[in-house]
Amino acid sequence: MEQKTKINTEDGKQELVITREFDLPLELLFKAYVEPDIVEQWMGTKVLKLESKKHGSYQFETTDPRGNKHGFNGVIHEFSPNRKIIRTFEMENTPFGVQLESLEFEKLTDDTSKLNMHIVYRSVALRDQMLQIGFAPGINMAHNRLQDIASKLK
Amino acid sequence: MNLRRDVFQAMADPTRRAILLLVASQSMTAGAIAANFDTARPTVSKHLQILTECELLKQEQNGREIYYHINAKKMKEVADFIEPFRKMWEDRFNKLETVMKKYKSK
Repeated sequence: MEQKTKINTEDGKQELVITREFDLPLELLFKAYVEPDIVEQWMGTKVLKLESKKHGSYQFETTDPRGNKHGFNGVIHEFSPNRKIIRTFEMENTPFGVQLESLEFEKLTDDTSKLNMHIVYRSVALRDQMLQIGFAPGINMAHNRLQDIASKLK
Repeated sequence: MNLRRDVFQAMADPTRRAILLLVASQSMTAGAIAANFDTARPTVSKHLQILTECELLKQEQNGREIYYHINAKKMKEVADFIEPFRKMWEDRFNKLETVMKKYKSK
């Protein structure tokens, strides 16, 4: 079976591309990124703030199984409805720093759509690290694992 | 952890990736591999050494010649490398799809 979600990584580059085709009309796919209560449902995170507009910002918070809270935030640089979102993303209290995300939404048919997510990290090493630990935005990860990784990076 | 990173580094070089592709189709001697590149022979030898050290290639003695062939197990391990990351996004996007299908039918 073909995998719906594809990760494209070129060796030696500090970026990666995630693509996914959805069995959803473009407008619904885009809405999933805009409506705070919907974002909460599929990202598994609490949305503290989400200003979907140019120069807006957002703040998410997840609680891991141990009850520790992890914050995520970013700034929106471009917001073109049903087309494109360019934003930064940062995990608070981690040494990972900020990453740049470009999300392109594309209509395939009336009932299907495609998301192209381009993420740029600060360095090749950091990108590989992110891939290696299977770690990314909003994931509910155990706090001790985060500590492990953070201590290795220092 | 370190070993895995070395594999990643080994695959980061375009010449080494070309070597892997070449050897993937058939086992070859160092000479036959080098003949496919403009690079100096010692440079190719160095690449082969790195690929062998991180177990992406295996050496096999055949008479007087040493043949290089792909270590399929290791290659699979590398492919699996990003699998947890991919799987995480897959799960998340599946959820998105489910949530929005419900939303649509409301």
